Amino acid sequence: MTLLDDVASPAPAAPPRRPRRTGRVPVALLLPAALGLLFLVLPLAGLLVRAPWSTLPQRLTEPGVLTALRLSVVTATAATLLCLALGVPLAWLLARVDFPGRRVVRALVTVPLVLPPVVGGVALLLVFGRRGLLGGWLDSTFGVTLPFTTTGVVLAEAFVAMPFLVIAVEGALRGADGRYEEAAATLGASRWTTFTHVTLPLVAPGIAAGAVLCWARALGEFGATITFAGNFPGRTQTMPLAVYLALETDLQAAIVLSLVLLTVSVVILASLRDRWISGP
Amino acid sequence: MTADLTVRGATPRVGAPLLDARLVVERRSFRLDLPLAVHAGEVVALLGPNGAGKTTALRALAGLLPLSDGHLTLAGRDLDRPGRRLWSPPERRPIGVVFQDYLLFPHLTALDNVAFGPRRQGLRRRAARERAAGWLDRMGLADHARSRPRHLSGGQAQRVALARALAVEPALLLLDEPLAALDARTRLDTRAQLQRHLAAHPGATLLVTHDPLDALVLADRLVIVEDGRVVQEGDAATITAQPRTDYVARLVGLNLYRGHATGHTVALAGGFELTTGDAHDGDVFVAFPPSAVALHAARPDGSPRNTWPTTIGGVQRHGDNLRVQLAGPIEVAADVTPLAAAHLRLAPGRPVWAAVKATETRAYPAAPPARDARTDR
Repeated sequence: MTLLDDVASPAPAAPPRRPRRTGRVPVALLLPAALGLLFLVLPLAGLLVRAPWSTLPQRLTEPGVLTALRLSVVTATAATLLCLALGVPLAWLLARVDFPGRRVVRALVTVPLVLPPVVGGVALLLVFGRRGLLGGWLDSTFGVTLPFTTTGVVLAEAFVAMPFLVIAVEGALRGADGRYEEAAATLGASRWTTFTHVTLPLVAPGIAAGAVLCWARALGEFGATITFAGNFPGRTQTMPLAVYLALETDLQAAIVLSLVLLTVSVVILASLRDRWISGP
Repeated sequence: MTADLTVRGATPRVGAPLLDARLVVERRSFRLDLPLAVHAGEVVALLGPNGAGKTTALRALAGLLPLSDGHLTLAGRDLDRPGRRLWSPPERRPIGVVFQDYLLFPHLTALDNVAFGPRRQGLRRRAARERAAGWLDRMGLADHARSRPRHLSGGQAQRVALARALAVEPALLLLDEPLAALDARTRLDTRAQLQRHLAAHPGATLLVTHDPLDALVLADRLVIVEDGRVVQEGDAATITAQPRTDYVARLVGLNLYRGHATGHTVALAGGFELTTGDAHDGDVFVAFPPSAVALHAARPDGSPRNTWPTTIGGVQRHGDNLRVQLAGPIEVAADVTPLAAAHLRLAPGRPVWAAVKATETRAYPAAPPARDARTDR
């Protein structure tokens, strides 16, 4: 920057103005963009158009629907709690402790994110199934059976949803100023007290967002659940499973169940709007 | 002010120092090697340019950075001694820190920020809050006990940070650029208050700053660090009178030269000779203030022994006067009144004669005086 630039630059009181390019948007970009938007929105609109609005109240209160909904909410919540209990410490370890193989651990954590959920379900069966690596021992020692139970649903959902929580919380921890933790240490706080009294409150919004995301993912879980826990109404049949089953017998019921899941998704998105979808 | 500081700085300290350390920290291309001793009730300022290693020293003392070598003994307890594999984590050191940008916990009120330390010392919530309220009261912040840090002004946040560090009753109080985050107006008030609180602190205090005014006002003794080493230490009066490096000379506003003295004549590098009032033999520093330099349009007659022809390098405002940089044969800053400047028609490149009276120069031995036994240990 030359001296002239310095002199010519506006006074600090002037509001910062972002340069914005004006002019025609190229059709070559506009057209695919519009098509892309349509492609994302049209199916949802179709769901709304075909919904049996007149019989909606009765259908929503059918015992099957309510049972599946309750089971979904209970298992998704339990899975989220499990993810919080295990995922937050894991995220802390990844963000704050410099240990050998940290990159490998981080990669391992994200595997369920890209793994087809059905494969996850198969893998869970191989470990926790009755004749699995741990399942046989759990059965013979404690009499605990995991596959095809509600606990199995929670396990399958947690397996698929935990990466969302870990990644969100680790990001929040990395974004938080680590010097607050140093300040806490100079005031006599042990690492554990620092974690509970300083770190957790500082990253609480990040943990909340991660938990909501995790819960939403658990609520929609299908592949791992049906593989590992089966499809027993009242026990392991969650909403997505019910939608799939209803599709073969009663299309209207499938639409109603889908609407419920869509509503939940929209509510979650709205609650996260500041954190995830607000532009710069 | 200076007179008062001289008296405080000259107070003899008896017994072993509370803090006795030799801080050695090695990083890729940087080595800090800093002997440091601070007595109970003493305020020492670590003064130096950016990158001198001041903050590294502070972090090593707080336990946020392990020593590579040397030792750190506080109140008779070894907190860090790599030679014997001794190291205490920060939470087990009786040390309080006021960080540069305070780092008040944003989710806690001012009161709970101050009560945080006492709580960790095992006090019950009520007792901790009572102690915290006492400290806030002492800082004049009783009305802000329930405020969150983001609702506090810069000066208030600084005092809460000080209260938080003092509430653990530390043997050593560390302050990292305590006034740097404040605007000029607030700084004046806060500096005066800080001086009062530091004087009342019974433990040792170490202040890290690059602002010479903070150091001169707040500290009993100055330790000047450059490039990870101590270049000079002493009370404010000694350091301002006898700077030993260009950095210190600039801080206190003196012209400083190093040369070889034979009686009243000092030969500088490059063959230039200055006549001084003090007689010495051997390597010396020569210092004189810019106000001691007189400028003349023609060669002056009469008493001044040091006269030489030179040219004007640059002219700047300096208080009510003008500060003139003289180029060659030695670099000199001279202060002239605007009237004299107009009379001489000063402009860069203009030839003038400079004159310095021998009686206005000070010469002192360049070899540093033998250090106290306590700092050399």
